Amino acid sequence: MIWNKEYECMDRKSLEDLQLKRLKEVAHRVFERLLFYKRKFEESHLHPDDIKSLEDLRKFPFTRKSDLREGYPFGLFTAPLEKIVEFHISSGTTGKPVVNGYTRKDIQIWAEVMARALSCAGTTSRDVVHNAYGYGLFTGGLGTHYGAQLIGAKTIPISGGQTKRQITIMQDFKSTVLTCTPSYALHIAEVAEEMGINPRDLPLRVGILGAETWSESMRQEIESRLGIEALDIYGLTEIIGPGVAQECEVKEGMHLFEDHFLPEIIDPKTGKVLKEGEEGELVLTTLTREGTSLVRYRTGDITHINYQPCECGRTLARIGKIKGRADDMLIIRGVNLFPSQIENILIQIDEAEPHYQLILERRKGLDELTVELETSPHIFFDEVRRLEEIEAKIKREIEDALGLRIGVKLVEPRTIQRSMGKAKRIIDKRKLK
Amino acid sequence: MAVRQISVFLENKIGRLAEITQILGNKEINIRALAIADTTEFGILRMIVDRPQKAYEALEERGFTVSQTEVVVVEVEDKPGGLAQVMAILGKEGINVEYLYAFVAPRGRGALVVLKIEEKKATVDLLQEKKVKILSAEEISRL
Repeated sequence: MIWNKEYECMDRKSLEDLQLKRLKEVAHRVFERLLFYKRKFEESHLHPDDIKSLEDLRKFPFTRKSDLREGYPFGLFTAPLEKIVEFHISSGTTGKPVVNGYTRKDIQIWAEVMARALSCAGTTSRDVVHNAYGYGLFTGGLGTHYGAQLIGAKTIPISGGQTKRQITIMQDFKSTVLTCTPSYALHIAEVAEEMGINPRDLPLRVGILGAETWSESMRQEIESRLGIEALDIYGLTEIIGPGVAQECEVKEGMHLFEDHFLPEIIDPKTGKVLKEGEEGELVLTTLTREGTSLVRYRTGDITHINYQPCECGRTLARIGKIKGRADDMLIIRGVNLFPSQIENILIQIDEAEPHYQLILERRKGLDELTVELETSPHIFFDEVRRLEEIEAKIKREIEDALGLRIGVKLVEPRTIQRSMGKAKRIIDKRKLK
Repeated sequence: MAVRQISVFLENKIGRLAEITQILGNKEINIRALAIADTTEFGILRMIVDRPQKAYEALEERGFTVSQTEVVVVEVEDKPGGLAQVMAILGKEGINVEYLYAFVAPRGRGALVVLKIEEKKATVDLLQEKKVKILSAEEISRL
């Protein structure tokens, strides 16, 4: 199913012409509307009129997450505030969160790209979309909702949690399309088994799974346990939310909706644009967004790009499965997390530089984070009760600050490996390969 | 009249106690009494030794998290009801004992009990008033 043949199957030349036209518009928009971009361009001695070809974009400076944080809350909107109809605010980032402001047209664009994504996975108006992405400030729930509504599919806005009830509703309402994180899909399989239901007997046909990094082996596990096709979706709050790219049934990469988002793959160290097929950091420029337009936004996600037309008929470039992050950001149960955030909390408790390690595991399909903290004279008491209080306090403070339930374990000094004097902060035991 | 107790943080890992006792043995430090408080994931080793400062330094140097805590060591009659008598005195005054452990002293003395109490001074005064024998640090190291 191709939702919009005109754009999704456009020949490369026409697509590039369209991209260039839109790129010029967006460069002018950000330059004229935001002092931030005006300064940035001028520092590089550039003007929007310097864009004569798509390659000219390479001369322009990058936009980083830290830039967006500084603009919090309304500082980086490229449309007048009165035109904004919806906000989405990213969870758990260092310091201030990141905001995306959508105009009415932006919401239409979002619905369009999500309708394409859902169609790419074979969704039609006859389907029942079981949308278990969280509704709220997180973009997953509403983005998927808008797309499903545009298609005219029957949408169950179930959001996350209450898994037993979800399974009953799937059975009663004959849900055919499951939208959630891959780890939640596995959790559903597990809970169904506990309920004595064979997950393969559920009416589900396809899963559109994203918002966290997952592997090919996890895909196979989800497909065999739930008896569905499991397809990958990509997006991020800073750009629009889900609907930046979507995998088709060919399962050889995710089609990036290039008429709305212009991709580049760069070497994260040098910033140089890499060749087709080379692995690097994905950089995106929004081509049509009004409320939040970004030029050369560094996503931090590592992937590669393939411009060859696909068997499915789409000519849109495909990005490979996200391999990881250029920075040390972790994504745990959909929450973005930097180890430095944990460190800031630990510093307040320890009053000294804490020696800690973050252990990531996947248990029963759910990501679990355990903070191992070395005891020190500051955080050692002769009473069990007080040590347990420290563990509980760290747990509570991290939960309050980041909205993430974690485990805390006190360990003996020097148990955490140090290499070249620097401690290895993250031990990721999740099987992503 | 308080005595210094050495406390060490221990993960529940094989061989840790062996290591600690070895370190102390090498420094010719004599352990008078010891007890372990444990949870599922960690433990606290508490010891009364003849030379607490030396023990503290030796363990700290070897990378253990060590602390020194003041405890009260009392001598009770080594017979049924001996400890009950002391506990009754404390209970009557509403003094809370955080934890305690006992050890048997050399011949000629009663049983020795290590008490961890918040209000040490008041407790010591009270026990002395009630004629309970309290051991000083010197007496412990001479045992």
